[in-house]
Amino acid sequence: MVVAPIQTIGLHKSFGDLHVLKGIDLVVQKGEVVCVIGPSGSGKSTLLRSINLLEWPSEGQVLIDGINIVDPDANLDKIRTRIGMVFQQFNLFPHMTVLGNVMVAQVRVLDRPKEEARQIALNMLERVGLSDKVEQHPSQLSGGQQQRVAIARALAMNPEMMLFDEPTSALDPELVGEVLAVMRDLANEGMTMMVVTHEMAFAREVADRVIFMDDGQIIEQGPPDKVIGNPDSPRTRTFLARVLDPTHIDSATPETADFSIDLSSGQFRLGPTHR
Amino acid sequence: MALSDIRPTVRRRISWGISLGVALILVIAVAWFAVMNWDVLGRQFFNGEVAAKLFPDAITVCLRNTLLYTIICFVIGTFFAMVLALMKMSRGPLRWFAIAFIEVFRGLPAMLTIFAFAFMVPMVFQYRWPIGGIFGGLIGLVCVTAAYNAEVIRSGLEAVPRGQREAARSLGMSIMTTNLIIILPQGLRIVIPPLTNEFVMLLKDTALLFIAGASIGMRELTTFGRDGLTTYSNGTPMIVAGVLYLIVTIPLTYLVGRLEKRMAVKK
Repeated sequence: MVVAPIQTIGLHKSFGDLHVLKGIDLVVQKGEVVCVIGPSGSGKSTLLRSINLLEWPSEGQVLIDGINIVDPDANLDKIRTRIGMVFQQFNLFPHMTVLGNVMVAQVRVLDRPKEEARQIALNMLERVGLSDKVEQHPSQLSGGQQQRVAIARALAMNPEMMLFDEPTSALDPELVGEVLAVMRDLANEGMTMMVVTHEMAFAREVADRVIFMDDGQIIEQGPPDKVIGNPDSPRTRTFLARVLDPTHIDSATPETADFSIDLSSGQFRLGPTHR
Repeated sequence: MALSDIRPTVRRRISWGISLGVALILVIAVAWFAVMNWDVLGRQFFNGEVAAKLFPDAITVCLRNTLLYTIICFVIGTFFAMVLALMKMSRGPLRWFAIAFIEVFRGLPAMLTIFAFAFMVPMVFQYRWPIGGIFGGLIGLVCVTAAYNAEVIRSGLEAVPRGQREAARSLGMSIMTTNLIIILPQGLRIVIPPLTNEFVMLLKDTALLFIAGASIGMRELTTFGRDGLTTYSNGTPMIVAGVLYLIVTIPLTYLVGRLEKRMAVKK
């Protein structure tokens, strides 16, 4: 039997009285790209952050390659090196150069020799198109460039899977495309990915599966054409109507929402922006 | 408007009052200067002959020792301060040790701490400090510095955004590695101005080491001033010590201001 890279069993999370995750059962297969969508406060970020235990679940299990990492005996630091994570706010280390950001964990965690780490870092930065920025500090880069560095930093650890927590939500609209392009390449190369996003066009094009979450539960999941194009649940429909056509919140229905977008032109954002 | 009609009058009345007050103080000061015993001041406190005898030891031994003690206490104390700050931010028993340590040594007057380490510890444990009571005194001062700087450093560490720790941990870094290479470098940079300020305070607190006593070569400025006071029955050595303190502290204070301004610009 092939072990799934990511599995959660009966995952619950509460912050005080606030019950954020209400029993999430989820399996992500190797090479699968899963996009998680849903209204803010639905628990999608918390779910993602639970998978590498940035949030400790109140109840339930998280299995990475079949190993229950909620177990206090699990070697969490080691397991985390297999899971790359990209944050909404990039979280680059401001006191290091771009190259330093991509090298530091390789040297400190994987014990790679400096020269080797440097080579890998340079390769990764080339891959995200930032070879000319290696000696700069994060503050000198645009948001899109910073996020691409963050992706390179995660990739330099040779992770088996990548988690993206709203990677484009903090970006100016014109910078979203460059980050999504890097992510699309990654998906095409067969990386196992879980992406919390509001980019419906991206989800539609790249995802193997879309999960719609609301109120701490998985409401609906399936192929993107189904979940985004023709959802079963009324809650999904309402949400999509708001996201895809935010200027007509009152009158829009999912049936009339405009889904037609020319993906071949490389335009990912669909219709008017939702923020 | 009614307000603008009133304001100038009130202001004028206030400024009148201030002028009157200043004039009054000036009159009193002039009267004071007139009756002041300039002769005593010159002979007892600004005595050139006595002052001449104090040099060069005042600088080559005592000012040097003051600076040396300050630097020793600051370096060792700040090292322990980092450890304490990290302990206080952790969970579990270490946290409580750190809290207890910080509260005790911040709550006690520094002079009592120095006294305790210089005299109480050797007596209770039947142990002689290697170079005399001053050694114990320095340990006391290290503890005080560690406690004060721990709070300063903690405030800096807490100012580092939470995402930095999350990013580091998500890359597989241990808590220790995260603290050492991600959090501390950023947190310390934030607290450079207040730490420099603590350095100036510490420099003045080394004066309290006089209570520990010191051999001739170990004296710092205040011990030196007090010894001179008894030797010459003259206050000049104290004045000399004071001037030497100022020569060091004023530029340092100025530096703190510069650092603060630079940090403000960076933000």
